[in-house]
Amino acid sequence: MRLLTHNMLSSNIKGVSNRFPLRIEVEKVLEKQGDFNADFLRNMFPKIEWKAFVDAARTIGYADLPEEVDDSSILTSEEFLNKFHHALLELHLEEGALVCPETGRRFPVNKGIPNMLLHEDEV
Amino acid sequence: MWYLCMFFHRLLDYRKAEVESLAQLFLDDKDKWSSLEWRIPLHHHPDSPFHYVNLPSEDAARNIANRSILVKGIYEIWGEGGSYEELEESIRSYPDERKLPYLEPGTTFKITVDSFGKVISFQDQNDRIKGFTYIPFKGQVNLKNPDHKFWVMETDDYGSSNGLPPVEGRRIFFGREVGGADRSLLPTYQLKSRNYLGPTAMDAEIAFLMANQALATPGKLVYDPFVGTGSILVAAAHFGAMTMGADIDIRVVRDGRGPDCNVWSNFKQYGLPMPVGLLRADNNLPPWRSGLKEVFDAIICDPPYGVRAGGRKSGGRKLLKGTVDPYTVPDDKRTDHIPSTGAYSLVECVHDLLDLAARMLIMGGRLVFFYPVLREDDNVENHFPEHPCFKLIATSEQILSSRYSRVLLTMVKISPYTEEIAEAARIKHIDFRENHLKWLEDGNLHSAVFSPDPQLTATGDSKLGKEPKPKYRGKYV
Ligand SMILES: C[S@@+](CC[C@H](N)C(=O)[O-])C[C@H]1O[C@@H](n2cnc3c(N)ncnc32)[C@H](O)[C@@H]1O
Repeated sequence: MRLLTHNMLSSNIKGVSNRFPLRIEVEKVLEKQGDFNADFLRNMFPKIEWKAFVDAARTIGYADLPEEVDDSSILTSEEFLNKFHHALLELHLEEGALVCPETGRRFPVNKGIPNMLLHEDEV
Repeated sequence: MWYLCMFFHRLLDYRKAEVESLAQLFLDDKDKWSSLEWRIPLHHHPDSPFHYVNLPSEDAARNIANRSILVKGIYEIWGEGGSYEELEESIRSYPDERKLPYLEPGTTFKITVDSFGKVISFQDQNDRIKGFTYIPFKGQVNLKNPDHKFWVMETDDYGSSNGLPPVEGRRIFFGREVGGADRSLLPTYQLKSRNYLGPTAMDAEIAFLMANQALATPGKLVYDPFVGTGSILVAAAHFGAMTMGADIDIRVVRDGRGPDCNVWSNFKQYGLPMPVGLLRADNNLPPWRSGLKEVFDAIICDPPYGVRAGGRKSGGRKLLKGTVDPYTVPDDKRTDHIPSTGAYSLVECVHDLLDLAARMLIMGGRLVFFYPVLREDDNVENHFPEHPCFKLIATSEQILSSRYSRVLLTMVKISPYTEEIAEAARIKHIDFRENHLKWLEDGNLHSAVFSPDPQLTATGDSKLGKEPKPKYRGKYV
């Protein structure tokens, strides 16, 4: 699971009000090179919840992202795009879990795939 | 300028839709070309493979043809007629300034004789080619890799095998090829040699057509909420799009048949970039964070209709028993617990898909998906799902049996997802939950559509002949 996916997901358990971001439990992180596409990064940037993204990156071992990005002119910086690309697409949570911030319910991540299916009493 | 577009004689209902979609990718003034002008050649039938289409430039025509799956060729027509005499007259009167640049010394060329519906002997082909001495070719013949490809295309009585009505009169075209589909993709991607296959994996040709309807290109993000073995996303990735997929079935989406035979390996097999995300999720209760919207450029899918890959959704037991107290999973069983799922009716599945797409597609983004129909229904058009955020821009029917068809629907997001629409969707979602059994009835039609029809195989085509509405072979293949 890349951080792009993490940034999109929440705990959708019935009745929960604090659903995002999911806390990351790390067992195994892999780095895999991915194709760099600046257009894609620029399209994605405004959709990202930045604070959650920076925290998630730090949790899985990458601390080089700027804390604040109020200004989208940052998207013209190649250096920034490279870091963004790396954190968004090249770090994979291979084994671990995503944890609901309110209930502590664990959504396991195995073989890179988060299991977001709810139990019967959670829907 | 008008070009002749010759299609492969198959999937008739998909042909123009594909060209119109690709026009959106390659033409600059998109609004002006949002629907193309088409014209049928003299004596031709709407289902004939020959159609004239008006395109702004040769580059546009070439790009469309080369990316397509169903365009055999797009040609600049130098002349046409009902006989070779008429053809000569027509070619002679075509302006020299359009012809001469392609006839110059130092260029190479080739003339091919093609016929639709009949076979022309090798001898006759050669005789016809020799007849073109009135065209001042100055270049060298090169059969392997010519600069310019010229085609003589004849239609005559094309017999009965292709399902078209008899031809009223012979028609001959002479033209210069501008581009054509690269069908060599199809054997490369055919399911037979796919590493990881499931019972409902999407045929490669249809998957490419879906990816074309969705305008998959580099830099875009394409999502399949019912990803299965990933066969639709493979086609989108081939055209350079980033892909993401979800499925409710963990074995299908995560485990596959082992470490080298799973959704990932289907991308690896063709050297395509891996999906940016795969997850196990229920499209009835999607896990997207609130506030997330307009992230996908396209959503493409074959939703779970019917018995072969019948839709399931979370929370089966509670719903099916209709108990008042929520079903509780015992604490000691939580970690390994496999949540039970309930049947997912077609109406609910489509409702969820439209709601997801309305929220998650960018403006102008496309939703491309299959929808089953009963062929008896004369007004199928009236029964296609609707949504205030979407405009239906293409419907391509493919007949599956004497009674059922599936229709590929292409919708464009034309209005933003508002609070009111979200609220209406939420109420509908609850209505589905509370009146589960009422909605389930609809599921039956669709299980029938997507499972084989034993009657058809037993009685063959004889039944089809009696159909009041003519249906052509192209919708069957
Ligand atoms: C018709 S198949 C699609 C197959 C896919 N196109 C492929 O290439 O293999 C439908 C898929 O939807 C999945 N499915 C069924 N109900 C679902 C739900 N509620 N949410 C998400 N996926 C679901 C099934 O597990 C199945 O893999």
